[in-house]
Amino acid sequence: MNRPMAAEPLLDVRDLSVEFDTRAGRLRAVDFVSWTLHRGRTLVILGESGSGKSVSTQAITGILDSPPGHVTGGQALFDGMDLLTLTERARRGVVGSRISLVFQDALSALNPVHTVGRQIAELYRVHRGTSRSDAMKRAAEMLDRVGIPGARGRVHDYPHQFSGGMRQRVMIAMALALGPEVLIADEPTTALDVTVQAQILELLAEIQADTDMGVVLITHDLAVAAEIADDLVVMYAGRVVESGATADVLGDPQHPYTQGLLQSVPSAERRGQDLPAIPGTPPDLMRLPSGCPFRPRCPHAHDRCVTERPALQPAPGELRFGACHLLDQPLSPEGAAR
Amino acid sequence: MTDDVILRAEGLVKHYGGGPALPWRRGRGAAVVRAVDGVGLELRRGQALGIVGESGCGKSTLLRLLCALERPTDGRLLFEGEDVARLRGAALKRWRRRVQVVFQDPYASLNPRLRVGEIIGEAFDVHPDVVPRAGRRARIAELLELVGLDARHADRYPHQFSGGQRQRIGIARGLALGPDVLLCDEPVSALDLSVQAQVVNLLLKLRRELGLALVFVSHDLGVVRHVCDDVTVMYLGKVAEQAPVDALYAVPGHPYTEALLSAEPSLDRIRDPHAPRRTRIVLAGDPPSPSAPPPGCRFHTRCPRAQDLCRDTEPLLTVWGQRAGACHFTDAMLAGSVD
Repeated sequence: MNRPMAAEPLLDVRDLSVEFDTRAGRLRAVDFVSWTLHRGRTLVILGESGSGKSVSTQAITGILDSPPGHVTGGQALFDGMDLLTLTERARRGVVGSRISLVFQDALSALNPVHTVGRQIAELYRVHRGTSRSDAMKRAAEMLDRVGIPGARGRVHDYPHQFSGGMRQRVMIAMALALGPEVLIADEPTTALDVTVQAQILELLAEIQADTDMGVVLITHDLAVAAEIADDLVVMYAGRVVESGATADVLGDPQHPYTQGLLQSVPSAERRGQDLPAIPGTPPDLMRLPSGCPFRPRCPHAHDRCVTERPALQPAPGELRFGACHLLDQPLSPEGAAR
Repeated sequence: MTDDVILRAEGLVKHYGGGPALPWRRGRGAAVVRAVDGVGLELRRGQALGIVGESGCGKSTLLRLLCALERPTDGRLLFEGEDVARLRGAALKRWRRRVQVVFQDPYASLNPRLRVGEIIGEAFDVHPDVVPRAGRRARIAELLELVGLDARHADRYPHQFSGGQRQRIGIARGLALGPDVLLCDEPVSALDLSVQAQVVNLLLKLRRELGLALVFVSHDLGVVRHVCDDVTVMYLGKVAEQAPVDALYAVPGHPYTEALLSAEPSLDRIRDPHAPRRTRIVLAGDPPSPSAPPPGCRFHTRCPRAQDLCRDTEPLLTVWGQRAGACHFTDAMLAGSVD
């Protein structure tokens, strides 16, 4: 695969696989997933429930519940280290400070019995050995930075005293406290109203512009992905079906799943008409169909899709990949020219 | 035209808490939550009306008022000109057939211990004269097929279905009594994108084939635009704006609508790379609590256009052609766009 030599990847995930033990047997939630995050860029992992989008980042950061989850293969390279093989101790030196996390549900991610100031200050005390009063001061600075009004007074408030949007800001303040190089945000705005979602996405963009950190954002919302992603990874049934620069992937989707998703979104021109919906439902990971997992829902499925699983391969465009047999027999002349 | 109106709400109010619901005691003691605070709307036969707004704006409470699951604190609900609050006993029961509900959460709204056939058929136990006992199984099969499921599914339990299929079951239950009005509370919000489109298509089909009137509560402006003819935008228990869908999306008549539309992420730039980048209006703060709405215009604390006037004078909902807006500047915002 031809990666540009100039840009050193910040976080490089290669062939990651994660399996879960269930009562019905083992299932593979993440299946040979690869993507690359660069400094100052936002990578969006887009997928529906059960696509493995959250599990992959949980595995990388070591917060996967294990058992039942097991990383069964792959690498996650960050600054010369493989995050998947680090010792617990070594990983703690990276996750939380150099790589940090923001979750969807801030209310359950924050400790309800400590003030938010104390929770942010704890980071400075544990990771930096800062004194109690200095740590509190820096906590207030962080709250101020993420746009919480009256930050100096609010460090003494508990999570339940904040609204949903403000709580998510507290989470972001915590995640940014130690100046991470990578921020992983798992559905950070899904529980929020659109006007508040706009505030949070704007805040993330501002901070990113200031710090040059790389952001991995996980979402099921195609429009959010379209607006904020530099690079896009589309997942289906634990696999990457398509990846590349957002403008390429969404502007000229190569995989029938991405094409179907784009057509499912209502648009002004088609108002009141039937949407060209993808038939059926996402597959049960315990009972994946043979060959391509998208085959039963795919309008272009043919014999080869039943017998042979399509590998992720280069697609037309720069640094684009797709996992579909159609890429071997391009539909458009432009594709053939490549 | 007026006899075309099937459901009409006049100044509906729903307050929760605050001690005894006596007019002279209201507002004293514990805080009163003004969930819905004077909302009027009209639903014509076969029309699809969207209700949009953020969490806490009262849209779900309004829906519960429209199907008489909640008793209004004040105001009237008229069905074909008849005051629903006056209906009692058998008459109320008969009325309930005409207005049915589909709930948001397809997991919580189906009884896990009943088979799908029983869930749908329960309505016939309550209203035995709708379908004769002998014909019920056939009717249930018909309903399942109408919503895109299989007649054999009647013997299965809800947990055997995916989210999208469960929402279809919820819709089949809503249709069992042959209603004129189907009230849908965020019917696609809990579903995956690829499945959402299927349920949207089903609702469109039911409108076409059964001539159903829909009230469609949602926070997803794109879906509302797709399904509905008219939209009511709510903010903190009040109507901010009411308008035909196209008009509202083309030129919003209330700063809140304007902000909502600009905050909604969209695929416009993907679909047309030359489309101008929208100027996003990012509202400050969160919606205030409905137990302590701000004085004057309820939106003034977050409104980018707020003036002194807005802080102490509450704007009334003013009709402007086919639309109505509750902002001191609605006429300025609409100037030139209304013929």
